[in-house]
Amino acid sequence: MKAFADLFQAIDQSTKTSIKVAALTDYFRTASDDDKLWTIALFSGRRPKRAVTTTQLREWASEVADVPLWLLEESYSIVGDLAETIALVLPPSHTRSNLSLTQWIKFLGELATLEPEQRKERILQAWSQLEPTERFLFNKLLTGGFRIGVSQKLMTRALAKAVDQDEATIAHRLMGGWTPETVTFQSLILDDDPTADLSRPYPFYLAYQLETEPEELGQLENWQAEWKWDGIRGQLVLRGGQHHLWSRGEELITDRFPEMARSLDFLPDGTVIDGEVVAWDGAQPMGFSTLQQRIGRKTVPKKLLKDAPAILLAYDLLEHNGQDLRDAPLRERRAQLEALIAPLPDDTPVRLSPALHFEDWQSLTDQRATARDHKAEGLMLKNLDAPYLAGRKKGDWWKWKLDPLTIDAVMIYAQQGHGRRANLFTDFTFAVRNGDDLVPFTKAYSGLTDAEFRKITQWVRKNTIQRFGPVRQVTPHHVFEIAFEGIQKSPRHKSGVALRFPRMSRWRHDKPMSEANTLDDLNAMLETYG
Amino acid sequence: MNGALIFTDKGIYCPAGDFYIDPWRPVDRALITHGHADHARSGHQRYLATHQALPVMHHRLGDIQSQGIAYGETQKIGDATVSFHPAGHIPGSAQIRVEVGGEVWVVSGDYKVTNDGLSEPFEPVKCHSFVTESTFGLPVFTWPSQAEVAKDLNQWWADCAADGKTAILGAYSLGKAQRLMKMLDPSIGPIMTHTAVEATNAILRTQGYDLPETIAVTQDTDAKAHKGGIVIAPPAALGSNWAKKFGPVSSGFASGWMRLRGIRRRRAADRGFVISDHADWTGLLSAIKNTGAENIYVTHGYTDIFTQHLNNTGYTAQVVPTEFGDTDQDSEDAA
Ligand SMILES: [Zn+2]
Ligand SMILES: [Zn+2]
Repeated sequence: MKAFADLFQAIDQSTKTSIKVAALTDYFRTASDDDKLWTIALFSGRRPKRAVTTTQLREWASEVADVPLWLLEESYSIVGDLAETIALVLPPSHTRSNLSLTQWIKFLGELATLEPEQRKERILQAWSQLEPTERFLFNKLLTGGFRIGVSQKLMTRALAKAVDQDEATIAHRLMGGWTPETVTFQSLILDDDPTADLSRPYPFYLAYQLETEPEELGQLENWQAEWKWDGIRGQLVLRGGQHHLWSRGEELITDRFPEMARSLDFLPDGTVIDGEVVAWDGAQPMGFSTLQQRIGRKTVPKKLLKDAPAILLAYDLLEHNGQDLRDAPLRERRAQLEALIAPLPDDTPVRLSPALHFEDWQSLTDQRATARDHKAEGLMLKNLDAPYLAGRKKGDWWKWKLDPLTIDAVMIYAQQGHGRRANLFTDFTFAVRNGDDLVPFTKAYSGLTDAEFRKITQWVRKNTIQRFGPVRQVTPHHVFEIAFEGIQKSPRHKSGVALRFPRMSRWRHDKPMSEANTLDDLNAMLETYG
Repeated sequence: MNGALIFTDKGIYCPAGDFYIDPWRPVDRALITHGHADHARSGHQRYLATHQALPVMHHRLGDIQSQGIAYGETQKIGDATVSFHPAGHIPGSAQIRVEVGGEVWVVSGDYKVTNDGLSEPFEPVKCHSFVTESTFGLPVFTWPSQAEVAKDLNQWWADCAADGKTAILGAYSLGKAQRLMKMLDPSIGPIMTHTAVEATNAILRTQGYDLPETIAVTQDTDAKAHKGGIVIAPPAALGSNWAKKFGPVSSGFASGWMRLRGIRRRRAADRGFVISDHADWTGLLSAIKNTGAENIYVTHGYTDIFTQHLNNTGYTAQVVPTEFGDTDQDSEDAA
């Protein structure tokens, strides 16, 4: 476990991408295959089965640390992480275990077969043999969640370097429904076996916001324009007579959208489609909030299925007849997609996201202004000659949103509301990122539904770091889209800007903090609209 | 058993002596535990503090009317007898003992019970009522030994030097900065200081505190001339333009808050060192126990939780709302 703990510390302590990648690369060059595989699994959100309940862990830790349970709970609510809280309150260890990561995971696996008393004994024993970071990691393995400061992208880059392969190839191999029990490092990373996992999606290609005038994109006829839909990005994989729907967060959401099962009746095997999942009223997408009701549910009640039916608005074809099309230019992929989807009947759960006709950039600008009428957020501009790339890459895909005055910000302070919402936290302070600092720049107190306020209130209670009278400093974690009508210079504010009518336009459950906007973004907006 | 000290909206007040301790609103006579901004504020008519604390207070507060007192020396103020005793927090810091008609109170200001090798070491003082801080009043806050942290700190510095990077360490300019300097191994390289830190250094050196040799970084300093060096600077300077003159750097931040991963990540230095001038959980509990006090008044920090714990373990404790610890960003940096 020491090597893994050292890796974790190197990653966790640094804010510099280069250092993180170097530490990971080094680890992937030196660790055992089993440890590498588990590390990849853990860093990509896969985890061992839970062997004990967190209630048991709390009780045992309270006992060993001689800290009353209520005090442990209070500490937890401040620290915000149970694994960390327990690691911090336990007395220092005196002996040192030299089990590897894989051996510890095996140790956890064996717990399931033991009597509760023996389980407890084993865990106390483990705690007494691990140094603080190892103990924290061990607790993380015990409690499940394993979010640390490294994106899958960084891990992929390091792994690609370590095994001397292409980053996109590795990214693709890491996708899908594998577990460390079902594959080996050799089979997952090194062997070339395209049929290894039929459900495996392709890494999504992500667009940047267009910051220049579209004229600067060059030749009009090299570009395709589509509506930018306000739904969730999805990839529909049809292989081996089965269908799988993946979200951009690489989450399998097949069960949440049972409508998609019918796509097997219309589309041939060996088809992978990139598109946007939206709630559909038969002619147009319904609002994002309607779709949101669907996202939160693992199983869908019949009524909801009827009130908020979902479809996939298809905009790209990544695989056809089992052939990976990603290297082909969009022009070609699009032609094949249209040939495939256009003839399908209206009630198919997959529909074509239309390409817009335009004679010049001005006519496109005019169409963009009507995006709201089409229930779209603006336009997408895609280079017709470009292949389908992996990840966020500049140059070929641009989002050209209708209303640019929104910013994704991190909530850092919370305060209780008044009157009807007196028992809820409704007044929040938001920050943008600056390097790895957070710079507060606006307050906002409206825009969420009561249900959302209730949810965030519960969260605030559990994640308060510090109280300053009625103001609570919370763990920076949640990202909200802040919409506003204007932006001005303001020396009175720390950030140097003041917003007009700021409100929370959306709770970005889908965005980690690392994807919130930066102070540079804010200043750029000031430059443009101030 | 009450009345020697009372809690007012201007600060902790002694009616028998007509003085305040660390008041946050302007008063006639203020007894000051130590020179940090949340305890030593401007605007009072008269100040009383230890001889060791005064020079820095003069530097920070300008022309104030002040009187010094030695540790352990008693002074009569009205019907109260007061004395100052080392709090171990920063150089010159004191707990203030107030006795009125046989009733003894101790206001500890900020304190830590371990010896940092620079500050006058904490001395427990028996009392009936003890006013304690609770900045780190949670069981998750326990500090590694200073020797352990010093080892990590020097290792980091040596690694930076070997990588051709300048180590830049953010620390509050009064107390923490000097303590860290003393923990450094000067054989690794030169120790450089931001002018804010150096100003405090100069004052403390004049007072006779033994600090290692430092190079003050001024406008004219060729920052890159001192290869393998470490820079001690206020935390705000860390990500600033000022830091850019050193070329490639690795940043460190030293605070008790670095114990928590979330805060470590929010501060986003390359390295966080768990080192605090406040007592940790066990330090707080042992200090309280050693006073023999029954009545405990809890000021800044995790007051609610800490107070509940004290009440559950046999003390009579209550939260005292103060304005310590929340003047500005400094409070977190100083911790
Ligand atoms: Zn202080
Ligand atoms: Zn204080």
